[in-house]
Amino acid sequence: MITLNGRSVDDADGLSLAELLARENYVISIIAVACNEEVVPRAKYNCRRLADGDVIDIVRMVAGG
Amino acid sequence: MLNRTDHMAYLPDMEILKDSIIMEDVITRMNAYEYHRYSADDVRIALHKDNCTPQDFAALLSPAALPFLEEIARKASAETRKHFGNSIYLFTPLYLANYCENSCVYCGFSRRQKIRRARLNTEEMEKEMQAIAQVGLEEILLLTGESRKMSDLQYIGEACTIARRYFKMVGLEVYPMNTQGYAYLRTCGADYVTVFQETYNSTTYETLHPDGRKRVFPYRMNAQERALRGGMRGVGFGALLGLGDFRKDAFAAGIHAWLLQRRYPQAEISFSCPRLRPIGNDGKTDSPILQEAELLQVIMAYRLFMPFAGITISTRERACFRDNVTGIAATKISAGVSTGIGGHQECQEDIGDGQFEIADSRSVDEVYSAMKERGLQPVMNDYVYV
Amino acid sequence: MSSNDSLILGGRAFSSRFILGSGKYSVDLIRSAIEHAGAQIITLAVRRANTNTAENILAHIPEGITLLPNTSGARNAEEAVRIARLARELGCGDFVKIEVIRDMKYLLPDNAETVKATEILAKEGFIVMPYMYPDLNTARDLVNAGAATIMPLGAPIGSNKGLCTRDFIQILVDEIDLPIIVDAGIGRPSQACEAMEMGVAAIMANTAIATARDIPAMACAFKKAIEAGRIAYLSGLGRVLDKGADASSPLTGFLSN
Repeated sequence: MITLNGRSVDDADGLSLAELLARENYVISIIAVACNEEVVPRAKYNCRRLADGDVIDIVRMVAGG
Repeated sequence: MLNRTDHMAYLPDMEILKDSIIMEDVITRMNAYEYHRYSADDVRIALHKDNCTPQDFAALLSPAALPFLEEIARKASAETRKHFGNSIYLFTPLYLANYCENSCVYCGFSRRQKIRRARLNTEEMEKEMQAIAQVGLEEILLLTGESRKMSDLQYIGEACTIARRYFKMVGLEVYPMNTQGYAYLRTCGADYVTVFQETYNSTTYETLHPDGRKRVFPYRMNAQERALRGGMRGVGFGALLGLGDFRKDAFAAGIHAWLLQRRYPQAEISFSCPRLRPIGNDGKTDSPILQEAELLQVIMAYRLFMPFAGITISTRERACFRDNVTGIAATKISAGVSTGIGGHQECQEDIGDGQFEIADSRSVDEVYSAMKERGLQPVMNDYVYV
Repeated sequence: MSSNDSLILGGRAFSSRFILGSGKYSVDLIRSAIEHAGAQIITLAVRRANTNTAENILAHIPEGITLLPNTSGARNAEEAVRIARLARELGCGDFVKIEVIRDMKYLLPDNAETVKATEILAKEGFIVMPYMYPDLNTARDLVNAGAATIMPLGAPIGSNKGLCTRDFIQILVDEIDLPIIVDAGIGRPSQACEAMEMGVAAIMANTAIATARDIPAMACAFKKAIEAGRIAYLSGLGRVLDKGADASSPLTGFLSN
């Protein structure tokens, strides 16, 4: 089980990050991803495999500041 | 002329500060300073602003500022009160030795001058210091001629150590040395180092310093920075006004201090404004090159440019001038002065001749009273080491 | 005005000295505000994305505008660094405004954490613009840490109180060699003008414009005020007349010859 933006997600172990993002309907071009507090470059989405306990943060740009 | 060494070339044992561009910056700005371009309006602007930039400083030092001396004095006086209250610090210089290996053309200690040379041994030093401390002074300035043989580093260090026993503040006006030398003297108890560049014009400097280590212009100019790197609390600046173009020299001294303070914000900065006066003993008297009004102009410009800096008024000037300047801009005044070697103890003549003629020979008590009469508060010392 | 008077940040030259904050706007007004303000730099924040989001703020920002992501939300240096790296990953470029706030009442920045974050991010090649409480010692630390500018607050965020920290901003202008950009607290164009007259390099504003009745007009007013203040500073402010001279005895009567 992994955590994505604070909520639990089942059946994600073993998926690649790219697969998870597609399943959750994210538009890759406008987001950035951190896995366990480390930024994952876009080029690595396909090869990064998720493991049990991973904490994923998906962010985008918004108005602010 | 004889083969003179390159005055811009360091001698082998002189430390070079590779990462410092301060000297370059000062000289560039000084060379660019054309004081005839400043107008009365520039002076007025400088007077009516709250912060004094280098441009304002330049205007205040220009001939255009001379008609404004009274107005400048009011502002300078207010600035001095803001930063120092009514306090005036008292101290006296103690010349430890007058041996010198340089032959500076304008100086009474030049090795070409036939004067009585002397050097206090540690016993004599201590007696002098005791006598000075007895009149109530708590700050002393130790001076030597520039002889690394007769007043070597150990000798100066010993003097600092002894001085620390009698005084709360120890200043030094000795030959420039490497950072390590200053660090050593700091551990011996020295607080401040003052080095006068004499003139910041290297060409004029070259003709006035024919030989000796003092001839090396850049080594002397970087002395304050080395002193700060060696851990000294504060450094003093000054040009001997009248040796060169005094406006440019005063400007350079101010910029020199300003740049160093920006780089070493913890440093305490002070100025002295010695005016070239007769050197005596040989019968020749030169009339001063600056008028009193111009000297006052320089002192007040320093005050406005760096309101937090101490300014010392020397005994080269007459008593009345000194007293009035303390109300306007000076914050430190010497008293009970002898520029000869020894001579502070009662009934004791000095054993060595002096560096310059003194125009104000008042005792500490007399200066103390004079300050009080002007509504100022004479202070012997305000620093406590913990 | 001379075309040589550019604002230089991170080696890039900007002709506008007005940085616009994008918070507190409805998204459709942002473009208009940017155009009327003549701003070339606009701040953005980084927030969690959920899949229901259709809006992409970048669609509302004209091309050629420099994006300035800020680290709002960070309560310490570590979080600020992470947000900055994420922002870079989002394609925002190398500029980052560091905002580390752990006081939720006044939103005052934490100077110490800001210095830490600046040092880390400067080493990673970011053009760091730290938002800070005006303190000369911190400013010097930020210079040494590699900041590209110093951004002192004028007053608490959103307060519109103007230059409460005026004297301390002046000290930074006088003593620090980097551009000083006043951020936070500016409520009126006249305050922006005053800051520029002091020698400040640029102004960042958000609330004052976003809460105006007519946003594009207010953005335009700020633009003109900032330009006016800059011209005044460059041309040298004139003489302030004395309120009345003090006719007591002269201080310089003692001079001889």
